[in-house]
Amino acid sequence: MSQVQQAVALDAAMNQSASQFGVWHTVCALEDIWPNMGVCALVEGRQIAIFRLQDNQLYALDNYDPHSDANVLSRGIVGDLGGERVVASPIYKHHYQLRTGICVEDASISLKTYPVELRDDTVWVQV
Amino acid sequence: MMNQLTRIVIVGNGMVGHYFMQELVKRHPDLHAARLQVTVLGEEPRPAYDRVHLSSFFSGSTAEDLSLVEPGFYDRPGLELRLNARVSQIDRHQHTVTLTDNTVLPYDKLVLATGSFPFVPSVAGRDRENCFVYRTIEDLEAMTAAGKTAKSGVVVGGGLLGLECAKALKDMGLDTHVVEFAPRLMAVQVDEAGGKVLRSKIEELGVHVHTSRNTTAIVDGATARHRMVFFDDTWLETDMIVFSAGIRPRDELARESGLAIGARGGIAIDVFSRSSDHDIYAIGECASWHDEMYGLVAPGYDMARTACAHLSGETTATFQGADMSTKLKLMGVDVASVGDAHGKTHGCRSYQYTDEVRNIYKKIVVSEDGKKLLGAVLIGNADEYGTLQQMTVNAMALPENPEFLILPASDGKEKPGLGVDALPDAAVLCSCNNVSKGAIGEAVAAGNCSIGAIKSCTKAGTACGGCVPLVTQVMKAEMVKLGMTVNNHLCEHFPYSRQELYHLVRVEQIRTFDELLEKHGKGLGCDICKPTAASILASVWNDFILKKDLASLQDSNDYFLGNIQKDGSYSVVPRMPGGEVTPDGLIAIGQIAKKYNLYTKVTGGARVDMFGARVEQLPNIWEELIAAGFESGHAYGKSLRTVKSCVGSTWCRYGVDDSVGLAVQLENRYKGLRAPHKIKFGVSGCTRECAEAQGKDVGLIATENGWNLYVCGNGGMKPRHAELIASDLTKEEAIRMIDRFLMFYIRTADRLQRTSTWRDNMEGGLDYLRDVVIHDSLGLGAELEAQMQHVVDHYQDEWKTAVNDPEVRKRFRSFVNSKAEDSNIVFVNEREQIRPATVEEKKQAKVIPILATTE
Ligand SMILES: Cc1cc2nc3c(=O)[nH]c(=O)nc-3n(C[C@H](O)[C@H](O)[C@H](O)COP(=O)(O)OP(=O)(O)OC[C@H]3O[C@@H](n4cnc5c(N)ncnc54)[C@H](O)[C@@H]3O)c2cc1C
Ligand code: HEM
Ligand code: SF4
Ligand code: SF4
Ligand code: FES
Repeated sequence: MSQVQQAVALDAAMNQSASQFGVWHTVCALEDIWPNMGVCALVEGRQIAIFRLQDNQLYALDNYDPHSDANVLSRGIVGDLGGERVVASPIYKHHYQLRTGICVEDASISLKTYPVELRDDTVWVQV
Repeated sequence: MMNQLTRIVIVGNGMVGHYFMQELVKRHPDLHAARLQVTVLGEEPRPAYDRVHLSSFFSGSTAEDLSLVEPGFYDRPGLELRLNARVSQIDRHQHTVTLTDNTVLPYDKLVLATGSFPFVPSVAGRDRENCFVYRTIEDLEAMTAAGKTAKSGVVVGGGLLGLECAKALKDMGLDTHVVEFAPRLMAVQVDEAGGKVLRSKIEELGVHVHTSRNTTAIVDGATARHRMVFFDDTWLETDMIVFSAGIRPRDELARESGLAIGARGGIAIDVFSRSSDHDIYAIGECASWHDEMYGLVAPGYDMARTACAHLSGETTATFQGADMSTKLKLMGVDVASVGDAHGKTHGCRSYQYTDEVRNIYKKIVVSEDGKKLLGAVLIGNADEYGTLQQMTVNAMALPENPEFLILPASDGKEKPGLGVDALPDAAVLCSCNNVSKGAIGEAVAAGNCSIGAIKSCTKAGTACGGCVPLVTQVMKAEMVKLGMTVNNHLCEHFPYSRQELYHLVRVEQIRTFDELLEKHGKGLGCDICKPTAASILASVWNDFILKKDLASLQDSNDYFLGNIQKDGSYSVVPRMPGGEVTPDGLIAIGQIAKKYNLYTKVTGGARVDMFGARVEQLPNIWEELIAAGFESGHAYGKSLRTVKSCVGSTWCRYGVDDSVGLAVQLENRYKGLRAPHKIKFGVSGCTRECAEAQGKDVGLIATENGWNLYVCGNGGMKPRHAELIASDLTKEEAIRMIDRFLMFYIRTADRLQRTSTWRDNMEGGLDYLRDVVIHDSLGLGAELEAQMQHVVDHYQDEWKTAVNDPEVRKRFRSFVNSKAEDSNIVFVNEREQIRPATVEEKKQAKVIPILATTE
């Protein structure tokens, strides 16, 4: 395979993965998110709540709380329920699992979650 | 027979007469269908009320509060209640009663529930002005009126009622004396040694006690309205006199119509509560059973149940006399007597324990063979009442060393308590309402697992309240039996109640949530324990709540120092202490609201609320407010909200003190104080009470003699009147008492428990609270005040700290990576201001977001 072919193939693969998995975006520095708190990022017009827990584990899910019809989850309190990490909506206190986006009180509602990574103290999210 | 109408006439609509009606309606919800036609004749101007709690009239209860009658109860078909209707005659041959207005009513069955009247000894001058008795609401109204101008008061009679009455006079601020004919107080219930202890307890409270004093005449006084002259020519001067020298049955109708009368008066009754005429029943205090009359409500209720059963054709229920055990708090002193308190049973033996330092006296009377408990007297501390009373009435076997029942526990030795499991199911726990242990068990099995639920479903504990500790114990034991967990754990992360956590934070000097979690919890915490911990840490240490390690614990409102609204925008409520604001202040608020296009509304807490601010606008808005001289208003969070005030003596023609000045001072003192729930204050400049202070957690009302302090009131979902805890305070005294009250609340309340529910769940009730706060019975007063002073000294304007800290300020933006605004926050106009758009309105793309630029 020539260099050009390689580049084209790679580009195609990237594009495919982008359409399938989305594109990675830088969001902010890790220190912009205080431990055990969340921030909201605006990525490709989507509001994404990103949480940093004590162990520097990051989670990303929709900022939109369907129960209150408001973009507020990044301002919720994080913690765990039955060993599963959750965020509590500040409006009507529904809990959403950080890992899966499932609403604890109403399993029929599930928020979209996003891959999120820490690279060299920078937070990346794939949308 | 069944189809024939039975006409029942009830004479007297007091506690027992009304209870009879409730029982009858319980049996026959449809009186018409049961072919019953009932007429109730009451001489008083109002339907039945709670005479047992009559004294609470002085601490602010109204006639409505005391009423025992549910709205509409007497409006049902087949039932008629006539008030101001006094029966003057019974014609047993014609089966009629005649009223004083000469109305004649026929009856098939007659129920006499005429109660008793206060006995006034025949002393010359007893009918002078400002001489009272203590029985009806009208009596108390008259006493209140007289108390306003009186300086001193005398109660004639040192029995149960007399002492209760003395407390009322004391609370009215009178120099109070008790004059007793017998050589000791409460001669009926208490033996000589007990009477001595009781006397010193009561004298400690500043009431003068005179025993062995027989009053011979009441004449004009030199320094006061009356002079009471005693048999030995000594005398006492006083402005008002209340006779409380015992009660006499109202048996006059029965006597005149020839019914059998007991040896000491009262209408003689049989086991069915029938008089000697079998168409006439007698129940309550007017009845005499085996020549015994009961001045208590529980035996009357028992008679009412028996009579009602018999009238309905049942002959199994009988009245067999009553247990006269009583437990009371008299002027804050526990007094209890059980069974044969005087040891009159042949061959009985007794054990006594006296503590002359703390003025505690306890005695038990046991049977000759030492196997059964016959009676007991407890003064100063009646913790063992429930155990001793149940042991006596259920004839339970005594432990080996019965003296340990009343000795204080020492060397960590467990006291031989009453295992509630040992009680038979038939044991009556609540004698006022005849609720057995079995009934509590059933209620628990049906899912009633809190004392509140048990109260409303079984009625146990709703009359005198003396049984509540025992009922709670049984409820918990039953829950354990059913495999339910009894816990007040905050959440899954902490196996402690809020009170216990508070304690741990203080004693172990814990300053962060992580430390608390590591030492006493598990997991990561949650939205319940984190804000609770934040509130506890704030009330103990009062550090800035947005410090890095505290910030993540805060509810969104505390975190963003504003009230989150339904669409995720915030409202800003500048503090206006006491509702006072300068014209410049108002103009500044108006200008800021206009600039940021905020919706403005004057709130119920007497300040201006500005709605519709976006997160990123908040620091700018605050900066402008701070520049205009305003500071953070805690319209959010579990903290002091507002101190509402009326305009007071400065402007109001009725005002007697400066309510606005005090309100401003109080709001500035307690602002920022974090608590288990929100706290509201009210201050009124006179008793017209324009600031509605009696609906607040803390209320102050100015009187000529100083400030009256009310606590634990509530508006909101379940309104509750505040109760008078202290009167005639100076401003400084009031502040000290409020310091103690608030800190005691913060220390001991559960999460999200308003002061009203905290008080309702408090064992010992208002008396206990008053002991702790006013009389400092736990010796905590100085400490509580010091702790409050610490919080006050460490107050900071949270807004100012926030806007001046760039790290914190950075947090106030919608997006971490963009200056854009949340496009889901959309407003439309209504009545010339903005309001959040509805979902439908947002869907219509036409709506153009109203943006206020921020940069
Ligand atoms: C201040 C106070 C505190 C008390 N504390 C306690 C306590 O802690 N515990 C306790 O167990 N008990 C207590 N009692 C006693 C208790 O209130 C009484 O036992 C109870 O009220 C008796 O109820 P009753 O219906 O028999 O009489 P009442 O409640 O007196 O009712 C009788 C009614 O009949 C009316 N009446 C009388 N004659 C006629 C007539 N000819 N025609 C029409 N109507 C008539 C009267 O006006 C009255 O309204 C207290 C009493 C007082 C005054
Ligand atoms: C659950 C059981 C306990 C309860 C309900 C309880 C209750 C209380 C209360 C009400 C106070 C006074 C108010 C306060 O300071 O908060 C207090 C003070 C205190 N308790 Fe306890 N306590 C308990 C267990 C303990 C234990 C196990 C210890 C020690 C090992 C302890 C040590 C103290 C100390 C040192 C104080 C004084 C604290 C101070 O200086 O403020 N307590 N306790
Ligand atoms: S409570 Fe009294 S002082 Fe205050 S406004 Fe009303 S009448 Fe005036
Ligand atoms: S009463 Fe209800 S609607 Fe009104 S402010 Fe309170 S919570 Fe909101
Ligand atoms: S015993 Fe009086 S309320 Fe239960």
